[in-house]
This record gives sequence, C-alpha cells and structure tokens, in this order.
Amino acid sequence: MAEIDLRGAPAHADRAFRGIAIGAAALVLLVLALIAIEMSSRMGPVLDRMGFDYFTSRRWSPAERLFGALPFLWGTLYTALIALLLSVPVSLMVALFVTQVATPRLRKPIVYVLDLLAVVPSVVYGLWGVLVLAAPLQRIYTNIHEAVDGIPVLQSIFGDTPQGRSFMTAGVILAIMITPIITSLAREVIDTTPQSEKEAAYALGATRWEMIRASVLPHSKGGLVGAVMLGLGRAMGETIAAALVIGSSIGQITINAFAPGNSMPAVIANEWGEANDLHKSAMIALALFLFVITIVVNLVSSAIVQRSLQRGRGKL
Amino acid sequence: MRHSGDQILAINLEPRLSWRTIKSIVMTTFMIGAFVAITIPLFAIVWSLVSHGVAVVSRSFPDFFTATIPVVSRRSGPGMGPAILGTLLCTGGATLIAVPLGILGAIYLNEYGRTSMFARLVRFMAMVMTGVPSIVMGLFVYVLWTMRFGYSAFGGALALACLMLPIVIGATEQMLRLVPDHMREAAFALGASKSRVILLVVLPAALPGIISGCLLAIARAAGETAPLLFTVGAATAYNPHLFEDANTALSVQIFGNATSSFAAAQERAWGAALTLVVLTFLLTLIARVIAARFAAKR
Repeated sequence: MAEIDLRGAPAHADRAFRGIAIGAAALVLLVLALIAIEMSSRMGPVLDRMGFDYFTSRRWSPAERLFGALPFLWGTLYTALIALLLSVPVSLMVALFVTQVATPRLRKPIVYVLDLLAVVPSVVYGLWGVLVLAAPLQRIYTNIHEAVDGIPVLQSIFGDTPQGRSFMTAGVILAIMITPIITSLAREVIDTTPQSEKEAAYALGATRWEMIRASVLPHSKGGLVGAVMLGLGRAMGETIAAALVIGSSIGQITINAFAPGNSMPAVIANEWGEANDLHKSAMIALALFLFVITIVVNLVSSAIVQRSLQRGRGKL
Repeated sequence: MRHSGDQILAINLEPRLSWRTIKSIVMTTFMIGAFVAITIPLFAIVWSLVSHGVAVVSRSFPDFFTATIPVVSRRSGPGMGPAILGTLLCTGGATLIAVPLGILGAIYLNEYGRTSMFARLVRFMAMVMTGVPSIVMGLFVYVLWTMRFGYSAFGGALALACLMLPIVIGATEQMLRLVPDHMREAAFALGASKSRVILLVVLPAALPGIISGCLLAIARAAGETAPLLFTVGAATAYNPHLFEDANTALSVQIFGNATSSFAAAQERAWGAALTLVVLTFLLTLIARVIAARFAAKR
C-alpha cells in the first residue's frame, strides 16, 4: 500500500495557491485604485489652465483652449433622467408581470427577450438609433412641439427640434438599454416577497393589484430604489449609443429635450480622435469625474439592493 | 319572511366586476402592455439588422468576411476581415487574462475568504467595478498602457479584461457556492490538501456553470466599443500581431461608419453590426444551453 505523505510539499503548494488566489482577488482593489491614481495624475494640464472653472464654466472650446465641463454634466444628468422616466414604469410593470402574473411556462420566453435586449451591443443600439429611429422621431418631436406650443412649461421642455438627434433620442435609446438591467434586478428583489404575505393579502379578499400594492411593493421598496439607481449609473456611463444619437452640440445647457446636446462620455468618444494633449487631459478629467459620480451612485445602490435582499431572505 | 329568504338565496355569487376588479384587470393589462412595449425595439432592431445587413453581406459573400476594409470610406464594396480578426484578438486576449484571474479571485472569495473583512470588501468592490463605465476603462488603459507602448490589440484586450474581471468573479463565486459542502468534506477525509480539493473536486463540479458565466462575459466584451476606441487605434489591413501596431474591431468600425454620410460606409456598418450581433447571440445561446444542461443535471 502506498504511503500518503501528509507533510511538506502539499503545505507549500497550498500556501502558494492561496497566495495566488488572494492576489487575484486583490486585483479588483488594485485596478480601482490605479484608475483613480493614474487618471488623476493626467489631469494636471487642464487644471493648471482652467482651475476650478473647469467644473463651473459653460464654455468648451478646444480651439480657444477653454474647457468647461458643466454642459456635459447637464447632458449626462438630463439624458439619464429622461431614460429613467421612460424606463422605470415599464421595467417595474414587466418585473411584476414576470413574477406575479406569468405562468412558469410563459416566464421563459419573457426572460429570453430581456436577455437578448441585454446582449445587443451598445454600438448597435446607436447605429439603429441614428440611421433608423432618428428620422421618425423628429417628425414625432415636431408634432409634439406644435401640440404644446403656447403652454408655459411644456413649450420649453418640448421645444424646437432642428434634427432627430437630441437629448430625448439619447434618453429613448438609453431607456431601451437599461430596461433589462432594472427589470432583472427588480425581479430578484420582488421574488424575495414571502409567499405567506402574499397569501395573507389574498385571504383578506384583495385583488391581484391590491395584493401587489399591499404585500409586494412595501416589501421590496428599498430594493427597487436600489435597482433604479443602478439603472441610473448605467445610463450615465453609457457612451457609444449616446455619442451616436445625442447630436454632439457644444455648450448647450437647455431644458429643451428636443435640442441636440452632449454628455460626458459622448463628448470623449466623439472628440478623442482630433484632440491634442491639453484637450485629451480635459477629457481624461471628464472621465475621472464620471468615474467618481458612477462609483458613488453604484456604491449607494449596491448597498441598498444588498441590504434589501438580505432582509428579504432573512424573513423567509 | 319566506319571500325575503328567497331573495337572499338569489344573490348572484359569480364574481361581479367591481371597480376593484376592474382596476386589477387594467393594471394586469398594463403589465402585459409593458412587456409588449419592450419587445418592439428588439424586433425593430433585429428587423433592421436582417434587412440591411443580410443584403450587404450576401451581395459580396464571402468576401465581406475576408476582404480588407476600404481605405477611403466612401468607396463601396466589401471588407470587414481585419475587423473580425481584431475583435477576435481583443476578445480572446481579454478572455485569457480575465477568466483565469477571475476564477482564482472567486476561489479566494468562496473557498478561503468567505466572510472575512477582506473578502467582503473585495466582493463589494467587484460589484461596484461592474458599474464602472466602459469608457473609463478605455481611458484608464490608454493612460496606463497605450501612452507608453502605443496602439495594439493588447491594449484593447487589457481594457476588455478590466470590464470582464468583476463579471467573471461574480458568476464564478455564485457557481462555487452551489457546490455542496459534503463534496469538499469527502475529499478532505481522503487526505487531499485544500488546493487539491478545490482544483480536482470543487472546480470540476461547478465547471459548466462557470463556463456559461464566462461566455456571457465574453459576449458582453465582444460588443464593447468605448474601451477599444482609445487603445487599438485604426487600421484597415489585417494585423495578426497582438502586441504590435494599430488594429481595429467590428464595434469600432460600426461606430466610425455609423455617422458617415456615405451610403457605402453605412452599408458596411450594417454588415459589421449583423456579424457582431450574430457573434454575441451565438455566445449567449451556447452559454444558455450549457447552463440549462447543468441545471437539468442538478
């Protein structure tokens, strides 16, 4: 019978393997730290030139060596807001449909459709948006603009539209892109509602919608907020689709959703090709700015979703 | 008395359409409507891809997949060969970097770290990292690599690997968690060391799920544009070298051609988009089949 050596080499190999695994895990922290360090080290030129004006100036003019990031911050927030307004009701309704209404057999094709929407590359959404969707959207925009003409607030939100590419078009495309993300998270959160709570509502004579209002929504409220915020993070960081359909105007800060605009990631993608060093430094600063915003949004939303999921499972 | 009793018995017990029931039905209809609403863009995109893309690809088949890209973009004619090769190089390189490291990281989280402070921190940060915009990864690798070593497919691979890493870690850890503890205990009882238990018992048991998760991550990476924009440069000829010279990719070509006013360039964009979508859908489909098989076996 062969003797098994329980000492020596295996311990070494074990320790080495453990070390490698720890190293691989630590890579996540390393990459995040390197992003912050490496990119802030390249911000020097633009901050020397602009100082704090970089964050407050509305003027972005590479030819005059002026770089103010404010219009792009506005574009990022505005398009993300439009995307959320369009996507959140639809995502929540689909998530409720999948979890509360659809039979298991029906659930499969629905999840499949959502999966397919999630895998379509963003550049393909952008291509479709700019070559197919923009033209009919412009006609719709013109109609809406004429319909609300003269009504105080609405006429400035749904203003004049010089072309099919605008904040609104970007918002529509972003909404399509974040819907599968919000829906799948919302499904996960809603699924943690205990069966007993749902049955309790039914036993009191509630209709399905009343059951959802009384049991499902209160139970998953926190998690749903987190899911929406995660969608917000995605919408703000989405680059290529927005770059293609947002219209690439410079320096627009307007509430007119039908006007062409620009967002932080979109301006980087569109202007990188012909940029000099100072211009590139300004865009790297923009990316770092975006990184910080999305990290904050993601930190908060992950924490909310995680806490809600754990509480949900704890109640089961 | 009798009369009134009859009246009571005559109450209609069939569900009446009260406003509460109507409200519930209306909301259910909205739910179905919401689902129908999200299928519309999917079908519209697939329809556009098929109607434009198939025409372009079939007109010059199989040259479209092999010929080089016209240097002057308004010239009509085929050619996405170099872009297909570039996409495969970048995605393949990213896979070779991110998949082993991601699996190792997940092994640490699930087999060693478990609930330790460090493991919890890494798990949380990996989740945060999934949300980092792809353009930030692209610029990060530009600053870290491209500014020092110039454009190459490897730069693109690095950027894509940064995007894939947290996804691979998350998917793998979920699969490792499903491996029952008694399998580990049985192997330990036979005297196996911890690394052997992990490599010969735990990993094989979770392998199909891990492969499926990795394929989904690869599919996502293959479609990414922003990380490649700053790192691979622009080329129109074949460049099979991973570490040298500018390269190109399908997604980069689509982005470049989408805003062109020339019909020929737009056509090539549709053809490239069809190719890219078929590629990513295929990867996703294979992942789903493997995952379904795996689930059935459990």
